Amino acid sequence: MLQVSIYRYNPETDQQPYMQEFQFDTEGKDLMVLDVLEQIKAQDSSVTYRRSCREGVCGSDGLNINGKNGLACITPLSATVKNNKLVVRPLPGLPVIRDLVVDMSMFYAQYEKIQPYLQNNTPAPAIERLQSPEDRAKLDGLYECILCACCSTSCPSFWWNPDRFIGPAGLLQAYRFLADSRDTATDERLSRLDDPFSVFRCHGIQNCVNVCPKGLNPTRAIGHIRTMLLTRAT
Amino acid sequence: MVTAVTSFGRSGTSDWLVQRVSGVILLAYFLFIAWVVLSGVDYVSWKALFAQTWVRVFSLMALLSLAAHAWIGLWAVVTDYLTERMMGTTGNVLRISSQLAIALVLFVYVVWGVQVLWGY
Ligand code: SF4
Ligand code: SF4
Ligand code: FES
Repeated sequence: MLQVSIYRYNPETDQQPYMQEFQFDTEGKDLMVLDVLEQIKAQDSSVTYRRSCREGVCGSDGLNINGKNGLACITPLSATVKNNKLVVRPLPGLPVIRDLVVDMSMFYAQYEKIQPYLQNNTPAPAIERLQSPEDRAKLDGLYECILCACCSTSCPSFWWNPDRFIGPAGLLQAYRFLADSRDTATDERLSRLDDPFSVFRCHGIQNCVNVCPKGLNPTRAIGHIRTMLLTRAT
Repeated sequence: MVTAVTSFGRSGTSDWLVQRVSGVILLAYFLFIAWVVLSGVDYVSWKALFAQTWVRVFSLMALLSLAAHAWIGLWAVVTDYLTERMMGTTGNVLRISSQLAIALVLFVYVVWGVQVLWGY
């Protein structure tokens, strides 16, 4: 029997969050963590979490699984369970709405700040704005982000300053638009990132790289932004 | 976007650069001092060393680097932990008083250092 421990908190009835224990029979199968949650929810429908695609593309089931952030739907038990224990908590550092559901407003507010859309002040051509295959290749490793927040909520700098530090997810997307040959707002984008918090609260701890379920590297993107800021300023 | 009037250069890029450059100067200075000490010093040679203008200038450079480096580093620490978000109004009071204390100590070190370097 797998020992499953789930973070529970219902603001309407609970004074304090608590951990609820469940015994779970995997029948010898290497299930995904999400499968375990689904089956537990079938027993106790009050267990609350977000999920949609159940295949690692929507980014809604980012959770803290045995101490490490990840997507429940693509985390097999074999990759996380040690000593027969599975501990599931909400993503750290964001306010809990209920059980495993967190309020992502602060995370999205940072994403909004980097203006995550293409800006081009030249007249629109009759066809699409074209890009060479080489320029397109610069967006690889950036555009794949699904905004699951696993990275930002594992970053101590984001825990302390979620209102002022953009965080790894937002910065990866900031660089995605800085690196895009079709975007002409590079200078304005960099000006908005120059303060001591937005980018420079990153101390290279690399928790973000360690947890990203899509295998992306926000630290490297942050390094590129820093180089662009320095080049522009000197 | 200026969100931090008490930061060293009001710009993250400039703070970052000052932090790196001052770090290199401090490293060079401490290697220099370590080398002098390890190759054996007595009062006379130590005094002769610091009688040279370049040693005094180098020392002053290290002292100013130390002050800048310490300010930027500690500023980052207090704005992480001593904040309104973390501990309410107490955070603001603690942060501003520690910043005052740090600024005072660093200022005294610099002035005192200048006096030590050029006063003998
Ligand atoms: S960078 Fe990775 S961990 Fe961060 S939000 Fe995007 S997909 Fe999730
Ligand atoms: S490398 Fe930077 S963004 Fe990533 S976890 Fe560390 S401090 Fe946060
Ligand atoms: S449910 Fe969509 S990413 Fe896991």
